[in-house]
Amino acid sequence: MSRILIIAEHDGQVLNISTAKCVSCAKAIGGEIDIAVFGNGIDAVAAEAAALDSVNKVIAVNAEHLETPLAANWAAETRNMASDYSHLLGPSTTFGKDLMPRVAALVGVNQVSDIMAVNGPSSFKRPIYAGNAIVDVETPADATAVATVRTASWKAAAGSGNAAIEQRAADSSPASHTRFVGMEVEGGERPDLQSAQRVVSGGRALGSEENFGIIYSLADKLGAGVGASRAAVDAGYCPNDMQVGQTGKIISPDLYMAFGISGAIQHVTGIKDAGTIVAVNKDPEAPIFEIADIGLAGDLFSIIPEFESLLG
Amino acid sequence: MKILVGIKRVVDYNVRVRVLPDGSGVDTDGVKMSVNPFDEIALEEALRIREAGDAEEVIVVSAGGDECQQQLRTGLAMGADRAIQIQTSESLQPLSLARAFLKVIEREEPGLVILGKQAIDDDNSQTAQMLAGLWDRPQATFASKLVLDGQTASVTREVDAGMETIEVDLPAVVSVDLRLNEPRFVKLPDIMKAKRKPLDVIPLEDLEVSVEGNINVGHHASPPQREKGIMVEDAAQLVQELKNRGLI
Amino acid sequence: MTEREIMEYDVIIVGAGPAGLSCAIRLKQQKPELMVAVIEKSSEIGAHILSGAVIEPEPLDELLPGWRDNPPPICIPVENDEIWLLSQKGRRRLPTPPQQKNHGNFIVSLGAMCAWMAARAEALEVDIFPGYAASEIRYTDDGAVGGVIIGDMGIDRDGKPKDTYMQGIEIHAPITVFSEGVRGHLSKQLIRKFELDKDSDPQTYGIGMKELWRVQPGKSKPGLVQHTAGWPLDSKTYGGSFIYHLDKDRIAIGFVCGLDYQDPEFVPFEAFQQMKNHPMVHEILAGGEILSSGARAIAEGGYQSLPRTEMPGALIVGDAAGTLNVPKIKGTHQAMRCGILAAEHIAETSAADGFDAKLRESAVVKELYKVRNIRPAFYKGFWRGFIRAAIETVTAGKLPTTLSVHADDSSLQKLDGYTPPDRKWVDRDLPPRDRLASVYFAATEHDEDQPVHLQILEPDICTTRCVEEYDNPCTRFCPAHVYEMVEEDAGKQLQINSANCVHCKTCDIKDPYQIINWVTPEGGSGPNYQNM
Repeated sequence: MSRILIIAEHDGQVLNISTAKCVSCAKAIGGEIDIAVFGNGIDAVAAEAAALDSVNKVIAVNAEHLETPLAANWAAETRNMASDYSHLLGPSTTFGKDLMPRVAALVGVNQVSDIMAVNGPSSFKRPIYAGNAIVDVETPADATAVATVRTASWKAAAGSGNAAIEQRAADSSPASHTRFVGMEVEGGERPDLQSAQRVVSGGRALGSEENFGIIYSLADKLGAGVGASRAAVDAGYCPNDMQVGQTGKIISPDLYMAFGISGAIQHVTGIKDAGTIVAVNKDPEAPIFEIADIGLAGDLFSIIPEFESLLG
Repeated sequence: MKILVGIKRVVDYNVRVRVLPDGSGVDTDGVKMSVNPFDEIALEEALRIREAGDAEEVIVVSAGGDECQQQLRTGLAMGADRAIQIQTSESLQPLSLARAFLKVIEREEPGLVILGKQAIDDDNSQTAQMLAGLWDRPQATFASKLVLDGQTASVTREVDAGMETIEVDLPAVVSVDLRLNEPRFVKLPDIMKAKRKPLDVIPLEDLEVSVEGNINVGHHASPPQREKGIMVEDAAQLVQELKNRGLI
Repeated sequence: MTEREIMEYDVIIVGAGPAGLSCAIRLKQQKPELMVAVIEKSSEIGAHILSGAVIEPEPLDELLPGWRDNPPPICIPVENDEIWLLSQKGRRRLPTPPQQKNHGNFIVSLGAMCAWMAARAEALEVDIFPGYAASEIRYTDDGAVGGVIIGDMGIDRDGKPKDTYMQGIEIHAPITVFSEGVRGHLSKQLIRKFELDKDSDPQTYGIGMKELWRVQPGKSKPGLVQHTAGWPLDSKTYGGSFIYHLDKDRIAIGFVCGLDYQDPEFVPFEAFQQMKNHPMVHEILAGGEILSSGARAIAEGGYQSLPRTEMPGALIVGDAAGTLNVPKIKGTHQAMRCGILAAEHIAETSAADGFDAKLRESAVVKELYKVRNIRPAFYKGFWRGFIRAAIETVTAGKLPTTLSVHADDSSLQKLDGYTPPDRKWVDRDLPPRDRLASVYFAATEHDEDQPVHLQILEPDICTTRCVEEYDNPCTRFCPAHVYEMVEEDAGKQLQINSANCVHCKTCDIKDPYQIINWVTPEGGSGPNYQNM
């Protein structure tokens, strides 16, 4: 039977949803699932982890040097727990991407990055070439499997569990060569387009920079990032770094809402991995409707205000 | 100090990549190959550090067959002083690659190793972290700003929550993100000069690195085609549909 | 502005196509001690090369004997020729005229072949520099051509230097060979400056559009060369298609359309797409996928339009001068021969003068002379052209008359009073859906923050005269959807999506007011054709 250890992602107060997604992936692998919570005063986080569905136990390690997720410290700690497990998982967020390869190297194995799907305990699907190819990979049967979980591909596990929490002392010494200095959170403003869970985008049909205001307003209502098609950027309605598409950003939000965007292949390339694509366009023949999960043919200038008001 | 910069020969980012009909891999027939774009950014940063007087030598390193000498020469044309090819016909996975790099580090004793955060073919994003782990030195990944101060470096990293700054003691491994800098163009005369700069070839066997524990790469598939979904009549239906799907 | 750095060579060749590369190779073969450089605006040799192509191998045998033991990556011997006259749903097989008998010839990817030739040139120590655009001609004090100036890189949309600014160097050489291909932007300047075309007819062009497809197994019959005429074109519009069957289930399919067409509403790209939907062609392509697509103008004026090809310090070779044999639809062997001849002349005399006379006596021009009346015969429509072409073929061009060649920019009919023919075009279902979808497969790339390389010399004309007289035909003849007339509050405005440009030069040619001036964007920009 597989024994899977997930390294929890959190900010010291609250468990990150990426951990719950790792649990879903672990369930697909099958076997016993433990979650390790490292930090300094993280009992609340450990409790949240213990409440996740299908978790066997949570191992809470409180230590001063583990307060911030410096890879050098957390990897050493993880490595010292590794021998009890067949699988070590982390999310494919900047946290997990920073940490897990160092863990893999210390354990002495290669890593599978961005698990999209599980074929079997040692067999996974992952994207390469920016998602233009999906490849089946198999880890060596006799070695620990270390992997990161592609969060966009997995639903968060429900919070209906009641696992035991085991307190442990830290089993690694601090790496003095790396020190946390500070964190500047993108506060107050909208979520960053590249990593936002929801994105609202506008196209040339908006007609002007001023009109683009209705896109910003809806995005704020939804707590979403804001994007644009190349046509809108070229027409000067918004800055270049909002461009989504082949020559702009390639994004994979859970929800992507495209208003007044025709859906040229150059744009669609940027959103092909989005969870759900919603399209609103006056032209029912617009190509975007061929790939949108939910389409609404109509005038965005009346639809957006109505939609926003219905959101309450 | 010396700076080592790892560069990888990859399919050019402009290429419309396709999966071969038999699923054995991706079609690279006649396709343009270039230096991994993140590695160019890594090299640019190293060159700026040398130009600021904080390093004497920038060495570009690549592992692969002799074709990768083309990319090493590009690195030399950009301004690197010396190039090293770890010669092998095997496709090295990050762990073996990191082990091989470590051997080069042991020979060269750099103060800083700068790599791209990921290669745009495998999209693994592992080598820098593995190298730092094996070397037991600091790692500073996804760097968007790097400031040296004697024997330490202050690195600002692009993370999901925002911008994190850490301080690391040198020697250290840094992996670079897109916004760190914009790489310079290569001047024509420098292409000629690059032909005369040293390029050392070290066969992988000479580094005594065993290639083992490889992940088996099997069938390649094209990403699933998105299909047409449903059409709704008005905003109210749209809201309902999104609620039903748990999206709002 | 700081003085530019200078590099010096004995010969500098502008453009790494078949003419330029043949010239480079031949120069080194004749005089290995010569310092020869080839500069090329595309990011990699072959990235801007687009051609059918069925080639005659004799110049390759001459230049690189033994090439057949180590041929270019895509090189399929021709097995069969078919000529078809199409109607909307039907087809009729025509007898294959002698110029279209391709036994002994090869279907190649010209782009892949150029990359292969470039490797040979480098082995002979030619310095080849892809990614650098020659943007200006350098003149010596006595007014002769003395080399070229590489374009500055890292300039923003407003013309100001960015952080990455790099000044272009000057390359000095006593002889510069311009092998830019059809409607080269520097050749255009030279022809004007040195009045090279004062004794020749205007050049006339066609637009060639091409797609590379991977089709269902069994649909491609390697070595089969098919050409069509007739539908979807009307009898007053010259052109036809090619379908070349390659290996690995690949098909090279394309459409050529004379740019002297008259209908202002005509969309050449759409004609290409219609042809693909003809039952005979649809059958081959259905279920397949597009690998690559693009477009490039071709030179159709031949003998009558050939300008003087020499001037002080420089030569123009290949299709930059216009050496393509129209009835054969082949230009590669001619371009190569021309490049080889130029090399031999330079090696022998170390000068430009005297080349033009040699070219006129050579096999290149003899071949052009023989077929000189075939293209202009079609000015009177398809059937009269067809008959005259047959006569010219039978008489091997020996009849005493020479028909004149007309310019393309004056052939467009004005909207007022013009009725377009009933084209009988169909609803189509094969990709690409439209030009924007097509240009995706050209993988064309331009840094968005650079000066727009399509200069409109009198922009007012677009929104005043042109919209009235011709309804802005640039929005239709560009195969890459670069030009759009957008409704703004102030009325219709011209929007130039220069990032889509595939460097075909059609706009520079066909614009009825001749106010579009194509200049080279930053080196490395443009299409990234693979195996085209």
